[in-house]
This record gives sequence, C-alpha cells and structure tokens, in this order.
Amino acid sequence: MSDHEYTPKSNFGKWFNDRLPLLTLANHLTDYPTPKNLNYWWTFGGILTFCLVTQIVTGLVLAMHYIAHADMAFDSVEHIMRDVNYGWLIRYIHANGASMFFLAVYIHIFRSLFYGSYKAPREIIWIIGIIIYLLMMAAAFMGYVLPWGQMSFWGATVITNLFSAIPLVGEGIVTWLWGGYSVDNPTLTRFFTLHYLIPFLILGLVVLHIWALHVPGNNNPIGIDVKKPSKDTVPFHPYIVIKDAFALLMFMIVFAFFVFYTPNILGHADNYIEANPLVTPAHIVPEWYLLPFYAILRSVPDKLMGVIAMLSAIFILAALPWLDTSKIRSAVFRPLYRQFYWILVADVLILGYVGAMPAEGLYLLIARVATAYYFLHFLVILPILGFKERTLPVPLSITEPVLGGSSNLAAARDDSRLEKLK
Amino acid sequence: MSKKKTERRDFLFTATAAVGAVGVGATVWPMIDQMNPDASVKALASTEVDVSSMNPGKTITVLWRGKPVFIRRRTQDEINEAKAVKLKDLKHPEKDEDRAKNPEWLVMLGVCTHLGCVPLDQKGDYNGWFCPCHGSHYDISGRIRKGPAPTNMEIPKYEFVNANTIKIG
Repeated sequence: MSDHEYTPKSNFGKWFNDRLPLLTLANHLTDYPTPKNLNYWWTFGGILTFCLVTQIVTGLVLAMHYIAHADMAFDSVEHIMRDVNYGWLIRYIHANGASMFFLAVYIHIFRSLFYGSYKAPREIIWIIGIIIYLLMMAAAFMGYVLPWGQMSFWGATVITNLFSAIPLVGEGIVTWLWGGYSVDNPTLTRFFTLHYLIPFLILGLVVLHIWALHVPGNNNPIGIDVKKPSKDTVPFHPYIVIKDAFALLMFMIVFAFFVFYTPNILGHADNYIEANPLVTPAHIVPEWYLLPFYAILRSVPDKLMGVIAMLSAIFILAALPWLDTSKIRSAVFRPLYRQFYWILVADVLILGYVGAMPAEGLYLLIARVATAYYFLHFLVILPILGFKERTLPVPLSITEPVLGGSSNLAAARDDSRLEKLK
Repeated sequence: MSKKKTERRDFLFTATAAVGAVGVGATVWPMIDQMNPDASVKALASTEVDVSSMNPGKTITVLWRGKPVFIRRRTQDEINEAKAVKLKDLKHPEKDEDRAKNPEWLVMLGVCTHLGCVPLDQKGDYNGWFCPCHGSHYDISGRIRKGPAPTNMEIPKYEFVNANTIKIG
C-alpha cells in the first residue's frame, strides 16, 4: 500500500475528504505501485470484474421479464427470446456471460497456480478467491435451473440429490432444499431468489479480494517481493489501466463471437424442451465448466464417497498455500514444478472431457486414473517437490536480469553513501 | 488467583446468555422451517390409479408427490426370474416377496437411488431398469445389481382399494 499522505487540491475536496476519505482511496487506486513486468495473464482480474458487472446488469434486466413459476418460467424465457425488445441479445449475453466468466476465472486460477500467487503473504486473497469460485458455481447452477427446461430440471434433481448421500439426515436435507418431495415450484422460486442474491455476495467478496491484494501488492511473473514504489513498479494508472483495457477488448471479441455467432453452442438442446418430471434425458451433462468435478463424482463407484471426492477436489484448493512447500513462488524458477503444472492442466482437461462422455468402459477408467492423479498432485507431489526440487537462481529484482545489477541493491548503495555524507 | 466464588452476577450472565440463545433459536427456526414442504404440498399425499386396462408385461408411470411411480404388471417368467435371484448376489438384499406383496404387481418409486433420475424401462443388463444418468442397472424387482446406486428402488406405501384400483400414499 502506498501510505503517503494525500491532500486534495480544492477546498471542497479537502472538506469532503476530511469527512469521508474517498479521494484518498481514489488516489491510492490510481497511484497503486504495480510490478512493471506483469504480463497479460494478469489482466484477468479486470476481465472478471467486467464479467461480474455484465451478469448483474443483464440479470437485472432479465428479472424484469422472467416469471419464477414452474408453469410459466419456460414460456417466459421464450417470451424474452421472441417478444421482449432485444430480449434475445440480453439473454444470450447473460447465458454466454456465465461461460465467459468461468473461462476467465479458470485462466485467473491457473495463472495463480503457475506463478505461485497463492503463497505467503497472499493466502487470504487466495482463499477469498476460492469462496468466490464456489459461489460462482452455486450461482451458475441455480441460474441454469431457471429456464425450467429438461436439463434445468434434471440437473437440479441430480445436484440436490448429492445431499442425500449424507448419512441419516441426507433425505431430510434434500426435502428441505426442495420444499417438497421432488424438484418443483417451491424449488424454482427459492433458486431464483438465491440466484439473484449470490452475485451481490460475490461483489462484496471481490472488494475484500482486492483489499487483501492491495496489502502485499501484486505478485509478478518472477514471483519475487518488489520494493514499492521503486524502479520495479509502475503506477496502476495509466500503465495497468491501459493494458487491462486492451486485454478486455480482446476478451470482448471472443465474448461477442459466442453471443452473435454460436449463442447455443455451450448449452444443451435438451434445455429447449420444457421440464418433465417423468422423463429423464438420455444423457445428463452439466455445463462445461463443471465437467471436471462431475467426472470425479462419477469415477467413484460409491455414492457417498463420490460426493466426498468431488467436494474434496474443490476444497483441497483452499489448503494449497500449505500443501505447496516450496519457498519459490514462480514456476519460472521451478523446472520440475513447471512440468507437473502442465500435467495438471492436461489432467483437468482430460477430466473435463470424460465428464462429458458416458460413464462406462474406457471413459470410466480414464476418469479414475485422472481423478487419482488430481489428488496425487496436490497431496503428494506438491508437498514433496518443495523439498526435493533444485530451483534455479532467482533474481533480486525485476530490473536485474535486464540491466545487470539490482535496483534494490543500487538503492541500498545510495543509502550507504548518504550515511557517509552525514 | 484464588478459586472464584460463584456470584449473583455469574448467575445473571448465564441466565441472560441462555435466554438469548433460546430467543435466537426461536427466531431462526421459522426462517429455516419455511423451506420445508408446505401444507399444500403435503395435501397432495395420495394418488389413486386405475389399472384395469393393463396387460401382463406392461409398465405405466404415474406421478405421485411430483415423483414418477412405476406400476408393472409382471409376466410369470419375470416373477420366476425375480424369485430365482439369490440374496447373496444382491448389493441391497431384499426378497422379491417383500417388495411385491402381490407378485404380479410391482409398484415402486421410479427414482434412481443414486441421484434421482428416472430409470428407463426394460433396459440394462438385468432385464429390468437402467438409469441413463450414471449407469445403474436394476433387475425386474427394481433391485440394484450394478452401478453407483446404493439401494434398491423404493417401494412406496400403497394398497389395492379394489381389484382394479391402486392407491399410492
């Protein structure tokens, strides 16, 4: 945090800032010293903020036309698509926006994994991020139920039934979640309420996420602590703002491609059939962003253990700062970790692929191996790697590899000269 | 420090905390319980089904409490097959006699005990039902034989009101 005193120029500014230091906050955000070597993988924080705002704005508008009732929900969505002015556009932005949101969050998470951004002193940022990710999954799941198509209904049935795996109280919890003996109107209305609430919870957590980030400052591609402000940093505005804006523009091109050219490619045709409690679609598949976890759930032959494995796969991430024992943050200086990192990326992609396939034969076998490897990576490889790996020498500053000599060391020398002068 | 004597003030703290806890509980419970099935949902507790037009080998599906119920009039072959299964071969051992009081009629919830999908009729490796979601196979008595489902498909409370009518619930 830049802790220098800030005084507004105008008298009104001073008067206001003494009573509510909003201008100090704005000044902190613009001057915020940022490592100057941040690459484009660091622009996804801003992109995610854009995604959240997009979902809130389009969702608010959709809620003006949507009717949360089992008999009317499906028709009201079609009404939005056909009758409401630009309803098709707003709904396609919202539906594809969810996918874009997850695309961005996965890049954001894997950037953290590569550059060790979750390590001390950034554990709290990381854990808040995991909570946001969990809430995103809850919001996405409940949002998918609202159009009340076949996938909505059966997805809701399968996911809520996960709770029935809990011994003794499971069935009671499921009935409580449903508000009945099956997924029905009471389930729909409460899901709508929660779907509306969760984005605002996420917004609050995003504020905490950024606040926690601004305490130690950004990690960077070489994963060293930088002196702030120094030759190694640039002010957030205009440098990072422009870079983020450019990346956002590129991202919006991808977003627009989906919205305008293939708006349904990430959805399921079955969801254009109204919910029918008597017929289960031949092949139930969750949205693409949940597939790896779905594959883990199905790879375990026991119901309760399957649910435990799936939840563990998510919660294990929260323990990551302590499972990774390496003192070096960035994979740039960890030759072995770098290889295991890419194996993990491949593993998760494989899990996603088999999650979309029927759970039988070779697919099931692959899912089991990939699930075992997923846990092996976090529980065995990472803890051992920290002790065994021979890491590469880490530069003392961002400037050093470029200019030879460290800006921090140079600064230290300057200080000693000053000492002599005294 | 000497052992602290219990004073009047300690009693007041404990009593205040206890009343507070009861108050919080009494406030929170209605908020939680409102999500449980309401009176109108509970009122739809039973359904009567006319089965007079069903021939052996036919299954119908009716809706009871928002869930499908399979009613199958089994053929003699199917009954023999169901009875021939040894209990030790079953993941959730139940005799066919206990599941179908009248062996000709199998009445059960058409809900997979894994994650609640509706299994498909006359599919799977055991000539019974097959759940397309995660691959559970059930036999002609609705018992789980293969796949992730932990238990047999549930038998609801039902009775024959007369020879042609089954009352479920």
